[in-house]
Parts: sequence; C-alpha cells; structure tokens
Amino acid sequence: MIEIRHLNKTYRTADKDIVALEDINLTIRDGEIFGIIGLSGAGKSTLVRCINLLEQPSAGEVIVDGESITALPRKELLKLRRSIGMIFQGFNLLEQRSVLRNVCFPLEIAGVKKKEAKERAMELLSLVGLADRTEAYPSQLSGGQKQRVAIARALATRPKYLLCDEATSALDPTTTRAILELLHEINESLGVTIIVITHEMKVIDQICDRVAVIDHSRIAEEGKVSEVFTNPRSQIARDLIIPRERTVLETEGGKRLRLTFDGETTAGPHIAEMILACQAPVSILQASTKELDGVIYGYTIIELPKDGHQAEKILLWLQNSGIRWKEVE
Amino acid sequence: MLSEMFLKLWNNGILQRGVWETIYMTVLSTAISYVIGLPLGVVLTVTDRGGLHPIPWLNRLLGIFVNFFRSIPFIILMVAMLPVANWIVGTSLGNKAMIVMLVIAASPYIARMVESSVKEVDGGVIEAAQSMGASNFEIVCKVLLPEAKPSLIMGAVISMVTILGYSAMSSTIGGTGLGQIAISYGHQRFNPDIKWICVFLTVLIVQIIQELGTAIAHRSDKRIKE
Repeated sequence: MIEIRHLNKTYRTADKDIVALEDINLTIRDGEIFGIIGLSGAGKSTLVRCINLLEQPSAGEVIVDGESITALPRKELLKLRRSIGMIFQGFNLLEQRSVLRNVCFPLEIAGVKKKEAKERAMELLSLVGLADRTEAYPSQLSGGQKQRVAIARALATRPKYLLCDEATSALDPTTTRAILELLHEINESLGVTIIVITHEMKVIDQICDRVAVIDHSRIAEEGKVSEVFTNPRSQIARDLIIPRERTVLETEGGKRLRLTFDGETTAGPHIAEMILACQAPVSILQASTKELDGVIYGYTIIELPKDGHQAEKILLWLQNSGIRWKEVE
Repeated sequence: MLSEMFLKLWNNGILQRGVWETIYMTVLSTAISYVIGLPLGVVLTVTDRGGLHPIPWLNRLLGIFVNFFRSIPFIILMVAMLPVANWIVGTSLGNKAMIVMLVIAASPYIARMVESSVKEVDGGVIEAAQSMGASNFEIVCKVLLPEAKPSLIMGAVISMVTILGYSAMSSTIGGTGLGQIAISYGHQRFNPDIKWICVFLTVLIVQIIQELGTAIAHRSDKRIKE
C-alpha cells in the first residue's frame, strides 16, 4: 500500500515560488490500478515522481508498505526504488544497448548474476511478446515495442509497484490499447499494483479501478472510476469526461438535466417511457455510454420544454423513476 | 623535382622517423590527456547545475581552471610550462618534455569535449536509471559514458587532430617530428619541397585519423537503423 499524506512540492526560483503540489492525500491499495488524471501542468508528473523520490517533496510524507520513505538514507532509498518500477512517455531505453541488455540493466544494478539476469530478462521479454527481438537495438523498434521493452525492464527486479508516467501518450490509439491490455494482464497475473498518470480519460476508462483527478496542484476528486465517470463532482472531472469543445447546443429551451445511468438503470428505453408517460417533448442535447468492468454506464443531457407545467410533470416522473439526475447549466 | 635533400633525408631515415615521432607524440599525448580530461569532463558535467550531483563551487572552480588553460595560446603556454616539464620529467628539452606540454594544453580542451558529449545524453534515460535505484557512480559508468560513446569517439578524433597540430608547433622549442623537419630542413635551409612533403604527410596522417575515427564511431553507434 502506498499512502501519500499532506504532500507538498514547491519549486523555489530566484524571484518566486512555484507550487506544484498542494496538500495531496491519497491511498493506493495493493493490487489495484490507480489512475491519476489531469491536464498538463496540473502536477501529476511531479506527484508520481514523489512516490519514488525522483522529486524530493517539500513537505508531507510518502509511506510505502507502512514505512515512511521521505527520510530514508540514500542507500536505503536506492534499494527501495528497485521495488517500484517506472515507465515513461519517452520510453527512455538505453540506445546503445540491445533489447536484452536493456532488460538486464536493472538486474545489473541490483547485483544479480549475469546468467541469472539473462534468464530473467528472457522470461520477461516473452511475457511482453518480444522474445524474438532480444538482439535488436531500440532504434530498430516501433514505439509500442519500445514501451514493451521498457515494461519488461521495469518489471525485471520483481517490483511490487509500477509507475506509468504518460506511458501511452506517445503511441497511436491501437498501440495504446495493446499496451494498456498488457498492463492489465500484468496487474492480474503478477499482482503488480499499477499507478497510471495520464491526461486521457480513455486510459482511465480502459484499465483503472480508481482514479484521482488533479487540478491546479490539488486533488479535485477521487473515487471509483465508475462513480467519477457517472457523477463527476468537480468541473475539471466534467471537462475531462466531456471535452469542452463538445459543449451542448445553444438553445433557448428550459431547464437542462443530466441523467446518469449505471448498470441497473441503463437497460430500458427510459427517455421514451418518460416522454410517453408525461406527454411532453424533450430535446436530447448530448449522450454517451461507456463500458467499465463489464457494466454499462451512461449519461444523457436533456432539455425540458419551456412550458412550466410540462417540465414539472417530467421532474415528477423522474423523481419516481429511480434515475439519478441533476440540473446542469 | 625532388631535391638532393629529400633523398638524403629519406635514405637516412630522418623523414620516416619524423612521421613516427609525430604519430607517437600525438597518440601518447592524447592517451595521457584523456586520463586527465575524461574524469575532469565527467566531474564538470556531474557537478553542474541540473547535473547528477550539483556542487556549484567545485564546478565553478574547475570551470575557471579549465578556461584559464584553454585561453592561453599554445605557443605561450609551452614556454611558460618549461619549468613544469622540467619538474615532472626532469628535462625541458626533447619529446618527453613536449608530451608534458601537450598534455597540459590538451587535457582542459578534452575535458570540455567530454563535457559536451556527456551532456548530450538524454535526461530521460538518466531518470530511468535513477528510478531503478542506480547510484550516481553507476549512472556515470553504465549510462553516461556508454550512451555517449559515439560522440566521445568523434571528440577524441577532433582532439587528436588538434594535438597533432600542437605537436608540430612544439618543434619551435625543441620537439621533433614532421614539424621540426619542415622548419629546420625545409624552411631554414631553403628546401620548399621538404616543407611541402611534411605538409602532405601531416595531412595524410590527419586524414587517416579522421577516417578511422569516424568509422569506429559509426560502427559503435547502435542508433542507426538497419
């Protein structure tokens, strides 16, 4: 388990202090895939670097498996880092080393014997599907393959945790999907706890169990992915789920409601039933469904008729329907 | 038309010895200069702001030291360092002393060459190594130097050519080699052909160093696609 308590990070420059993180509190449970989403500059990369102390926090604590690591002596810290793997947006492979020797690298650092390291590396390369490219050099690989090598390398020392810093941001959608699938598999088969940093909602959708939304150096919202998706409480979460450029139509109608459906309520023609029951028209301004962990979640933004009487009828119907709704602007 | 002097120099093996002495001085001076310049360049990189282990005062101090020696023209440095050569190798004459001068002049230059090569290594790769728990020493030995290898080799070629030029200059105060032959047999005894032969041989040596070095650097670089 990784616990982050009252974490602050301020960069001091000559003329002013730049706050990168402010009072961050998070708990990442063993075995889960935890997402941290935010726009660029929100502080998410700094946050993930505080977990293995590539960045020294200005205040607060990072507790890994019950032990505070923020004040560890240097030697202990280097050792601890072997139990926290990390992959990056730019892959960061050693360009002058073959694929096999890249994966052996962390084992060399850990003092594992050469032969043993090679065997372990081979094992991991077959896990990521690159057993046939061991003697290739990074410049001969595609982006997706490079990230696979990076994943194999990060897992070489059998870490308990894997940090992914925008690991799929440099990849095309198909490759992204494949890499995320691989991460999901690793999480399930090896039980590695994965922390995913991203600015893309689809990454969170596809593999995360829980998510924290970070905005302006603070955690804006945190919860199960399905909850945050169906009922985002913060503006930033809403923006990330529904990109701003897809804002709803300009109309002169009445109240707008956001109806959310989770597994139980998704099935069934609710909107049609509502219209039939109330004998009142509504406009559908926006709608979307997503599958999360096999359950269909969705939302619809509707606009009520201007006629107050008709609108009232619909509101009454909604109250009795069991559908969650909320007025929006 | 080649002069009598040429035949004399060739038959006595003076020209051949000149070539050998030039190569010998250049290679040996480069090797010794790297023993000093390589660690110095690494320390300059590592202790720099934003480096692996910033130590601003040390970086400043070394920077001033390096710049000091680099800003003195070689011909003046040579004369000024004669007592130092005497102190180190017991003589201020001959090639032994010249090698000391060459090392004093070339080490700071090489330090800067190494610094610029090592600084080319992508910061992300260093960060990845840090995330695996590599110590700074391991990062220098296993990441910075191997990753910078092709660039370091190219730097060594440039340094070696510069040192070869210096070695010719050293003949003005008692060094031997092609430079000395060009001056004493060619210039001072009015044999322009000897001068030009020495120039030609020097150019040839430079070409060989450059071609060989480039080929080695190219072969060692794994970034090139199949």
